[in-house]
Amino acid sequence: MKGKADAEPQDPHGLPEETRWTKKHLLSLEELTPEEIQTVLKTASSFKEVSTRTVKKVPALRGKTVANLFFESSTRTRTSFELAAKRLSADILNFSSTGSSTSKGESLKDTARNIEAMNVDIIVMRHSSSGSAEYLSRCVDAGVVNAGDGIHEHPTQGLLDMFTILENKKSLKGLKVCFVGDILHSRVARSNIWGMTKMGVQVIVCGPPTLIPKEVERLGVKVVYDLDEILPEIDVLYLLRIQLERQQGHFFPSIREYAGEYGISLQRMKRAKKDVLIMHPGPINRGVELASEVADGPHSVILDQVTNGVAVRMAVLYLIAGAKGE
Amino acid sequence: MSKQILTSAEIDKVLTRIAHEVVEKHKDGHIPAVVGIRTCGEFLAKRLASKIQQIAGRAPLTGVLDINLYRDDLTRIAETPVVHETQIPFEVENQVILLVDDVLYTGRTVRAALDALADFGRPKAVELCVLIDRGHRELPIRADYVGKNIPTSLNEVVHVHLTEKHGQDEVVVEEKNGNGKARP
Repeated sequence: MKGKADAEPQDPHGLPEETRWTKKHLLSLEELTPEEIQTVLKTASSFKEVSTRTVKKVPALRGKTVANLFFESSTRTRTSFELAAKRLSADILNFSSTGSSTSKGESLKDTARNIEAMNVDIIVMRHSSSGSAEYLSRCVDAGVVNAGDGIHEHPTQGLLDMFTILENKKSLKGLKVCFVGDILHSRVARSNIWGMTKMGVQVIVCGPPTLIPKEVERLGVKVVYDLDEILPEIDVLYLLRIQLERQQGHFFPSIREYAGEYGISLQRMKRAKKDVLIMHPGPINRGVELASEVADGPHSVILDQVTNGVAVRMAVLYLIAGAKGE
Repeated sequence: MSKQILTSAEIDKVLTRIAHEVVEKHKDGHIPAVVGIRTCGEFLAKRLASKIQQIAGRAPLTGVLDINLYRDDLTRIAETPVVHETQIPFEVENQVILLVDDVLYTGRTVRAALDALADFGRPKAVELCVLIDRGHRELPIRADYVGKNIPTSLNEVVHVHLTEKHGQDEVVVEEKNGNGKARP
């Protein structure tokens, strides 16, 4: 019953165009509707502007506390969330599992509850077990943001990837995006597959058969094994890192053979579209997934992905902090 | 029950009059930068800027502000407001800025806009232009240029409709029904 800054939620004339966000947690892209994805992307573009100002701060999350709970090593994602929280004027706590009581055998539930007992508003967690984020959301009252759970999902990565594509292409609908590499162990691929298929993208996965999950077509993606054949049709080439730390089994004969069949060299790029985008979630294995010249070349938007990661995470924290639950 | 306060023609007259006032006040030739507060303020600002250009012969600098990140009630309102982009493509430092909004009510939106501007730099001065002043200030804020003063009761809602967003120009005052919700 007040003016613009004293919101009247029922006001029929002041309604924004997009759906309002009500989710208390961001656990996966599988559970988001296309409208919710659209809301995050739209909000992210507003936040991207904040990082270009002289004073890179807005008071939106002033007084809120965000805890980074990282059980797996990460530089990129953790600092990205940290910067996002700081630019929103929130306080941020960083917990990494090494040097914490996890090494003393404390369970995830206890660790989280102890942190929550210090009145933390949002917990951002990365953990090596698939499903751990959802488990956490059932243990604590705080909002939970999944920063990567096992090989299940990495929703903010999927969102920043879509955001980056939209900066370079008019629309996601009908675009052909090809994920190359270790799809089997990739939570990045899974989140992107869920998110992008919802937005009308034609998703293709390509790699050695040993690294493509069985029946992945059921997620609505096309499977190819020959990269050179499909390359001329592709609008976005998304390279996945060969995760040496995850492979106990032998999924391909040698790194050299993988690079020859699936690595993006300058030579291979000649077959690609003139306006193809090269993307990678990082860190890059130069010379394996892609050649240095391609990683640093004109088609690459890899560093934009990093910049957009902060904007997208600001949007996510802002929306989660404001959500009153459903 | 709703009452039309301004017609399309009246809104245009009012903006023309304000444009003349602005140019007259800044006779030294330093026309302020015109910054609209989203969403309706943005459209009013554009119209005002074009009228100022017609009168003064020079186009003023323009910008758009989304104040949602500076609201003082972010955690208290029921739904998270959608955040649009802020575009201030000029140097705020030492610039006279004219904020433009549709309705001045409690003054909290303008307070938020002043905070937002402060994060861009230190303006030389800030002036405020509103289409409607409906009274009931909760903060010590006042407008320099007012389209029309409408005394209202707390029971009423002021709707500013603009062609750019609503398909027509008009200002309407509406009474709320019993449970505090505005009748459609």
